[in-house]
Amino acid sequence: MGTIVVDQVGKAYKQYTSRWGRLVEWISPFNQSNHHLHWVLKDISFKISPGEAVGIIGINGAGKSTLLKMITGTTVPTTGAIHTSGRVAAMLELGMGFHADFTGRQNAYMSGQLLGYSVDEISNLIPEIEAFAEIGSYMDQQVRVYSSGMQMRLAFSVATAYRPDILIVDEALSVGDAYFQHKSFERIREFRRAGTTLLIVSHDRGAIQGICDRAILLDAGRLAMEGDPESVMDYYNALQAKRENKTVRQVVNAQGKIQTTSGSGEATIEKIVLLNESDEPIEVVAVGQQVKLQVAIRAESDLPELVLGYLIKDRLGQSIFGTNTYFLQQPLKDIKSGHKFVYTFSFPMMLGEGTYSIAIALHATETHISQNYEWRDLALIFNVVNIDQSRFVGVTWLPPEVEVRDE
Amino acid sequence: MSMMSSMWAYRSFIFGSVKREFQSRYRNSMLGAAWTVINPLAMIVVYTLIFTQIMRAKLPGIDSQYAYSIYLCTGVLVWGYFAEILTRAQNVFIENANLIKKINFPRLCLPIVIVANATLNFVIIFGLFTLFLILSGSFPGFVYFAMIPLLIVQVAFSIGLGITLGVLNVFFRDVGQFFSVVIQFWFWLTPIVYPITILPEAVRAYLVYNPMLNLMVGYQDIIVAQRLPDWESMWPITLLAFGFCVFGMMIFRKRSGEMVDEL
Repeated sequence: MGTIVVDQVGKAYKQYTSRWGRLVEWISPFNQSNHHLHWVLKDISFKISPGEAVGIIGINGAGKSTLLKMITGTTVPTTGAIHTSGRVAAMLELGMGFHADFTGRQNAYMSGQLLGYSVDEISNLIPEIEAFAEIGSYMDQQVRVYSSGMQMRLAFSVATAYRPDILIVDEALSVGDAYFQHKSFERIREFRRAGTTLLIVSHDRGAIQGICDRAILLDAGRLAMEGDPESVMDYYNALQAKRENKTVRQVVNAQGKIQTTSGSGEATIEKIVLLNESDEPIEVVAVGQQVKLQVAIRAESDLPELVLGYLIKDRLGQSIFGTNTYFLQQPLKDIKSGHKFVYTFSFPMMLGEGTYSIAIALHATETHISQNYEWRDLALIFNVVNIDQSRFVGVTWLPPEVEVRDE
Repeated sequence: MSMMSSMWAYRSFIFGSVKREFQSRYRNSMLGAAWTVINPLAMIVVYTLIFTQIMRAKLPGIDSQYAYSIYLCTGVLVWGYFAEILTRAQNVFIENANLIKKINFPRLCLPIVIVANATLNFVIIFGLFTLFLILSGSFPGFVYFAMIPLLIVQVAFSIGLGITLGVLNVFFRDVGQFFSVVIQFWFWLTPIVYPITILPEAVRAYLVYNPMLNLMVGYQDIIVAQRLPDWESMWPITLLAFGFCVFGMMIFRKRSGEMVDEL
């Protein structure tokens, strides 16, 4: 129970040249073909053993959802075969096909029936579903008044009311608020401990690394990599960084135009890199890890004064921490043109989990407003993950010592 | 066989869907389920009033003031049952695309729900009509139960044809449009409003190709003329019904995978 075998699976959609093409093909006695196949997945083979948790990652359009749909059985593969054993519960998209006119309770019954449960079985599960979804009196209101988060809560509660042998979760979970996300992940972990095979699609590094034993990377419809979550995730990030760089370069170009008007270009940034203790460049940093931010610059003309500043922002662009060499009492004076410098800032990464960016600025005095040589936003992007610290939330890490006294 | 057993496993879904659909029809109305009765009742009353009191329509050969009204109601109700299954089945996959794409369940539950629902509606309406027959002293007696085999054949015919059209409609949306036109003509080319005897011989010869003709005449024989239908004449429609059921299943099986991609 709980095995998934995907054997040489491919999926292609038929595309007809005209509206009449299909009709002609269907009724033509000459076995004529008027379509070409549009392959969205090709040559996918993998095996998931009972109780294993596997994450599927890939950019939008890589074929993840199609693969999941084939595993759940709603779509049939064009080539190859998929075998699953045991009861499969899937949360493919939001809502599980809820009917907007009916109440949450009625929809829970309907969804349960669609999963093959009898009314009595569902009636027994309803209190549990209600308690887990925590949508209060909305349970007896029409689903049309639900927010997408509430629909997700209900759908998840129904789909996981019984422990399935295989649980398939699409990105749906990310709709819920943090509280429910946490709660649902807790339930997923519980299922795992009880032996449920898990297959999840997520872009959330934390989710993949926190739950999965293995990850599969799909890229342009092919299985690009399979392995432990961390290395697959790193490879994925590198793939994305490559793509991003392209766009980043464009962004820099666009900014470059602005810079030529506001910034002077008298000093330029040549290289920015984040290093670990052994001076290897990294993209992923553990909470509390000692890191070095290294910035190589070059003076393009004689400068009376040079200050380098950096600013760490979270994914929403809010400033987390910023300082510069003026505040750090390291301003450089009277620099000759062509001279190069390497700045190294060492600090422990006292940040919470998430994605952060670093902006770098080169200027003359304590602020970059007066004399701006170069300003570069999103100069570096890195991820912070919690690997060995106790769990916490927030953007900063303030490790406490706990003392509890008996009184 | 496995199809049967998986549908049996989903009986709870089928039953629940029928119930929900029935409820949803009158969901936001104040009189609720009363409308199920009021609607057909109004129809019977209107037809009876108009054709017996106002137009004084008589059926040739039968000397009862209610005869034409009964003739009309029989035809319209039975046709309504046929048309409901057919028109709903041809849209069933498109209308339930949302479910079909998201959840893996036996798809053939959906046409079954349609049949069950239409049957429920028909039983209510025809029950009322039967009550009217009894009250007006026009109940045909035991012959009445001869309707059951005819109705079974009719349901088989309508759902077989309906599934076939339903599958085709997913790929060729023209089918649905085309059939909503066809069914209008079909209604008027079937002796429901008029007795077949008023048609000229030449036209009547062509009407033989209407598969609903003999069924309709059968019902009218039972309810209006109060005699057993001509069983022999039911062979073509029975074979046709069987044929469409087999063909419908075949085309459904062959195309169900492709259908999901197309929805």
